[in-house]
Amino acid sequence: MDYQKEILNTEEIERALTRIAHEILEKNKGLQDLALIGIRTRGAPLAKRVAEKIAEIEGAEVPVGILDITLYRDDLTTIAQQPVVHKTEISFDVTGKKIVLVDDVLYTGRTVRAALDALVDLGRPQVIQLAVLIDRGHRELPIKADYVGKNVPTAKEELIDVKLVETDGEDMVFLQKKDKQ
Amino acid sequence: MSFNRRRLLGLEELTGEEIDLILNTAESMKEIFTRQVKKVPTLRGKTIINLFYEPSTRTKSSFDLAGKRLSADMMSLSISMSSVVKGESLVDTAKTLEAMGAEAVIIRHGIPGTPKLLAETIDAAVLNAGDGAHEHPTQGLLDMYTIREKRGKIAGETVLIVGDIKHSRVAKSNIWGLKKLGAEVRVAGPPTLIPPEIEKMGVEVYYDLEEALVGVDVVNILRIQLERQEGGFLPSLREYTELYGMNQERLQLANDGVTVMHPGPMNRGIEIAPEVAYGEESVITDQIPNGVAVRMALLYLLTGGEQIEETTN
Repeated sequence: MDYQKEILNTEEIERALTRIAHEILEKNKGLQDLALIGIRTRGAPLAKRVAEKIAEIEGAEVPVGILDITLYRDDLTTIAQQPVVHKTEISFDVTGKKIVLVDDVLYTGRTVRAALDALVDLGRPQVIQLAVLIDRGHRELPIKADYVGKNVPTAKEELIDVKLVETDGEDMVFLQKKDKQ
Repeated sequence: MSFNRRRLLGLEELTGEEIDLILNTAESMKEIFTRQVKKVPTLRGKTIINLFYEPSTRTKSSFDLAGKRLSADMMSLSISMSSVVKGESLVDTAKTLEAMGAEAVIIRHGIPGTPKLLAETIDAAVLNAGDGAHEHPTQGLLDMYTIREKRGKIAGETVLIVGDIKHSRVAKSNIWGLKKLGAEVRVAGPPTLIPPEIEKMGVEVYYDLEEALVGVDVVNILRIQLERQEGGFLPSLREYTELYGMNQERLQLANDGVTVMHPGPMNRGIEIAPEVAYGEESVITDQIPNGVAVRMALLYLLTGGEQIEETTN
């Protein structure tokens, strides 16, 4: 049976990101050496929004970058067509920085594993932390988020659908299940 | 848009969308060159073979570097060492390489159509690195990438290709590709070196270089292939330079800020004057890293897996 359930609405997404911004500042004791890196696709706008919130709170900018992890995926040999590679856009040196990786959904942990590999190829950060909007469980690797917008218990056949204004025209998060055709 | 090919024989067979995808992928690949570790693990454990039946320095080393930056295991077969001298056929050589586990074979051969024969023989991905006077698709793509990078777009740009169009696979690949992305293409050269019916490819033909240069945004100067001039196509190299050599004075006839390209290796002082080759309009040295980026994009796109798997989140 198909169903779709709302997990977060526009205001709730905003509040979750504001809280994450505060938590990042608290844990890192301010924004010294701090930088945010969003994982494509939806981690990129989320990182930018968290950075804006940090700027509002602290009155200073944090560097923001975008990471594309396609070339680091561990499933390339099992996919028929190679996924489209997008550009990594990180204009600052990551060495010595406190990097917060930002993504929309934490699931198996494989994306984060790829992101960690990609990141260490760019330099040697002082620390790497992870912020996600939704943690849906079912980890396949020993990876844990430092900042979570909302924990959502899911079944494996369910799907978390994150929509953001920048990529989809609206801010919403749904839990879906679609029957196999 | 996805890329669903296991071979690249020429730009004639590609759609404009596929070319755009290759150029976009190359742009992402070029970012890797700016990193501390200029290498990604994407093709780890895959074997790629350079099979060159003609001498080549830059294309071969460019493919070699492209494969290494994607972590593939690269093998080069130099022909003087191979069994060809013992009489082994191309097909048998290819089958041997495939049995060794090659996922992709990059081939250069003097006879047009050889890469096609190879692609029909083996399951591995096949990349044409130049086949006779037919095509040299990776050179065409890197030239297009360079135009896009320098000028911001390809559609609507007027590109002039000067020199030996008849024997040039570089010219053919450039024409096919540029036309598909909406550029205006002109060719200029001595009548003996312009193939008959080239107009059918959608290009304008000029025999007078100075006339051809007016209104041009990009000049791509081809190498006079000294080894191919036995057939009496040119009265003398000095006459060629006199009529078709690119110098600073002639370049003034083109649009302001014209982009000058050359696929290399250059015969300086013959088809291109040194002050043009190293002038501020020249992007000849930019073409080299762009070639590596384009070849990385192609090696990535052509060596996909076999099963289809849905990925979510």
